[in-house]
Amino acid sequence: MVMIVIKLENVSKRYLTNTALKDINLEIKTGHIIGLVGSNGSGKSTTLKLMSGLVRPSKGKVLINGKKADRKICTEVAYLSELDTYYSFYTCEQTIYFYASQFKDFNVEKAFSILSFMKLDPKQKVKNLSKGNRGRLKIVLTLAREVPYILMDEPLSGLDPMVRQSIVKGLISFIDLEKQTLLITTHEIKEVEPLFDTVIAIKDGQILDVQTVEAIRYEQNLSIVEWLTKRYE
Amino acid sequence: MVEEFNPSTPIYLQLAHRIFRQIIRNELNPGDKLPSVRDMAVQSGVNPNTVQRTYRELEGMEIVETRRGQGTFVSENETVLNNMREHLKEEHISQFVRDMKEMGYTVNEMLDGLKQYVEKQSKDGDDRD
Repeated sequence: MVMIVIKLENVSKRYLTNTALKDINLEIKTGHIIGLVGSNGSGKSTTLKLMSGLVRPSKGKVLINGKKADRKICTEVAYLSELDTYYSFYTCEQTIYFYASQFKDFNVEKAFSILSFMKLDPKQKVKNLSKGNRGRLKIVLTLAREVPYILMDEPLSGLDPMVRQSIVKGLISFIDLEKQTLLITTHEIKEVEPLFDTVIAIKDGQILDVQTVEAIRYEQNLSIVEWLTKRYE
Repeated sequence: MVEEFNPSTPIYLQLAHRIFRQIIRNELNPGDKLPSVRDMAVQSGVNPNTVQRTYRELEGMEIVETRRGQGTFVSENETVLNNMREHLKEEHISQFVRDMKEMGYTVNEMLDGLKQYVEKQSKDGDDRD
């Protein structure tokens, strides 16, 4: 059964005098891996933060499964931040247990299987991890939460192609599309293109288009990058 | 290894063609089980919904069958598999002929060229063996 689960109604967001999003309407259905694509400053991160209840809309409504997205929505939404916000003196293992103590829905067993899938050493301290391994650890911590909505802000940025590929495989292996929906913002569109089934193009705080990847390929014979470039003109 | 996909054709079709080729090359035999949707998705680095679509299309063509609770299997119906083999052959030949015609080659030039090419190939192959 396909349900619309995330809904943005006439949402605008201003940061002081800067308009980040302008009167956005968006519906997201369950069971998909969706790419949110657009240039820097187009409003991708703001959209994710609104959905995870971390910022409030200046106008309009953000509904997650019918509920207003506020700070309490974190019981249903897992959010991976662009920034690294972990205790550097913890080991990977300790970080997992810390997360388990913070989130009721955190599945420790799953976290350890993703950790070994990502070939991370549980005893290694977070501060000694390479950038690539820190990126992997963030994925472990977000994917191990058993919530219906997983939002990832730039999980691949600044990582080398091998790390990116291992993250893509990890995402496919551990996401349960019967129960979960994954929304990712990214600039590495080309590499993760086969991962998405739907893409949302965003420009200057407005939604340009929402399309399924297969429709872009089948009807327009374009890759997502070509499509996005065309839509941006 | 994640395989590369051609950017302008739907991924589900490209996956389906890969499976066709595996069947034709006998890497997959009638009655063999295909990887589960998730395993296939991980192997090829694509969205599980896409794999699902591929399997559904193949099922529609009766090239595979899904047995409830067991998985997806290559059909044991030889006629369907032979038809698919013929169909793929025709498709590739028609593409070749169309391209050659577009460039202005005559039918005889195509046939001669093809014959010469195949003979040269098999001779080179013999030399190597």
